[in-house]
Amino acid sequence: MDKPRVAFFDFASCEGCQLQVINLEEDLLQVVGAVEVVSFREAMKGHSDDYDIAFVEGSITRHSDEERLEGIRRCAKVLVALGSCAALGGINCLKNFHDQEYVKKLVYGDKALLYETYPARPLKAVVPVDFEIPGCPINRNEFAMVVKAFLLGKKPEIPNFPVCVECKMAENICVFEKGMTCMGPVTRAGCGACCVTEGSFCWGCRGLVDDPNADSQRDVLATHGLSVQDVLGKFRLYTGFSEVAK
Amino acid sequence: MSTEKIIKVNHVTRVEGHGNIHIKIRDGMVEECQWQVVEAPRFFEAMLRGRKWYELAHITSRICGICSIGHTITSLKATEAAMGVALSEQTEKFRRLLIHAENLQSHILHLGYLVLPDLLRVPSIIPLASTHKDEVLLVVRLHRLANEMSDLVGGRTTHPQRPVVGGFTKWPTTEELETLRQRLADSVPDVEAVASLIKSLAGELPQFIRETEYIGLTSADEYALYDGDIASTDGGTWPVDNYKEITNEYLVPHSTAKFTRHKRDSYMVGALARLNLNYDQLTPKAKQVAETFGLRPINCNPFMNNIAQLVEVAHSIEDSIRLIDDLLKNGIKDEKPSVSIRAGRGSAAVEVPRGILFHEYEYNKDGECVWANCVIPTNQNHANIQKDLEALVPEIKDRPQEEIELTAEMLVRAYDPCISCSTHCIFL
Repeated sequence: MDKPRVAFFDFASCEGCQLQVINLEEDLLQVVGAVEVVSFREAMKGHSDDYDIAFVEGSITRHSDEERLEGIRRCAKVLVALGSCAALGGINCLKNFHDQEYVKKLVYGDKALLYETYPARPLKAVVPVDFEIPGCPINRNEFAMVVKAFLLGKKPEIPNFPVCVECKMAENICVFEKGMTCMGPVTRAGCGACCVTEGSFCWGCRGLVDDPNADSQRDVLATHGLSVQDVLGKFRLYTGFSEVAK
Repeated sequence: MSTEKIIKVNHVTRVEGHGNIHIKIRDGMVEECQWQVVEAPRFFEAMLRGRKWYELAHITSRICGICSIGHTITSLKATEAAMGVALSEQTEKFRRLLIHAENLQSHILHLGYLVLPDLLRVPSIIPLASTHKDEVLLVVRLHRLANEMSDLVGGRTTHPQRPVVGGFTKWPTTEELETLRQRLADSVPDVEAVASLIKSLAGELPQFIRETEYIGLTSADEYALYDGDIASTDGGTWPVDNYKEITNEYLVPHSTAKFTRHKRDSYMVGALARLNLNYDQLTPKAKQVAETFGLRPINCNPFMNNIAQLVEVAHSIEDSIRLIDDLLKNGIKDEKPSVSIRAGRGSAAVEVPRGILFHEYEYNKDGECVWANCVIPTNQNHANIQKDLEALVPEIKDRPQEEIELTAEMLVRAYDPCISCSTHCIFL
């Protein structure tokens, strides 16, 4: 079998997810041995439109982005959204809750007309997406697992249970017990509850599980002293594009 | 017969973010020469409005994946300045350690993965994995060490979790610090090997000089990274609160990032600026590396920014060992951050890998952000990249087109631009 041809692209993002690919360190050398990387602007010169798998990081924020993404979709057999900006809209959607003309004026003043922007959105709002790897940033081991599954012709599995499950397995004290609030009960696992383990709380960066019990989560947050506005703020941090946060 | 060389590099590779180089030379005359920033703007200042004091570092960390630690720490310092939060000596030492970790990670990534392929005339590090396997493994080993140091101190390689307003949520253990100290000490031969590899290829770095103003932090106590006053090689120091007198941002039509100027048309920030300002405070090993390359202040060759980064790699390793010894001597205390929320305005600056970074916030009495401004290092360098290109291209205009293109790309890459950072912020 020929090695699959792989390309990386990015839109509005911090490029931290592609950095996690580089951060595979020695394992990256194995990955690039098993596939043929034909485009990875952050790390290599040269480019080809002939690829099988496209990993795309970042949110779509301009009409010109849509054309570029549609071009990538036409070339790729498999299109993978890499990270929360691409998969969910992510943190970029925070600007969607302000008037877009106000947003532009705030940053670019009287030159605002020169700069194109519209409410940020995930890739799937523009083109069909075959697979999503959530996370801000992605978990690099999960990325390696996805690549491995593709190479074996299997469908990769991303957990569909909440962070709380992994948090219990990590033997963490519940964040609510420590007097803080947490998005763990409704957030998709796969991170190993890394933020709680490091003494913080779950921010919700991997997005919501399928069919989250959002009402119950709102009640729990309210019981722990959060105002309606604060609760919305928690949901909007990463999942502002979803209906739940509106 | 007229001759024409048209160079259009759209989306320069092996840099962070999207920038274009357009050059047109007709009959030996440079007709066009432009550095364009075409990154999608993200409007972080707007994103921060209304968010809580403890969320700002988390959000601004997402300005940039490569310098997420720098953004986090600058953001925390700005919030602490606004609310008058006092910090323990232990917190400040661990923050300095974390900044060294990021400097190491970012500089090694840049030198090893992004610049080395130019010096060896290959498109990326991938072919080097078979032709220069030992050298690649050396770079990867140092990169891994820097990332694991970030994990240990910050709780994650990218977008750190442990640093919070007022301190840290969790501290490394004595044992973990002892292991890290040993690994840093053991890495010195690796750094020497990278230095001699780059030394053997340094002839590939163009000899190009343009007198430039360099700006960065300076401090009487140390080679300033975590704290200090703003200084210029043209003379003068300023408190960080007065940063707008230095940055003077303005818009240009071909760029989504703002440009800056101070005393001249442009200025440069980053490793070379720091070295030019604070050379005497480098550690002995770092000075040795600088001397090997004949790098002395004030050096006005932007391509030497690569070498200044290498010097800082040696500095960060040696200074981290000193910091760890200090921390171990005093013993690690399980301190908890303490913050009283209040209204206020505060600004902060940190030297991040690509240069001086400013954050400034205003909070209301509930600790909600009502105004924010971030000035990014690469923003401050865009105008200088343009001015360098304008001076460089006429010097090399008679060379073959491919060579002009590569040299122009190498110039942009020498700045290690973080373009996605640079279009996110800035307030008018």
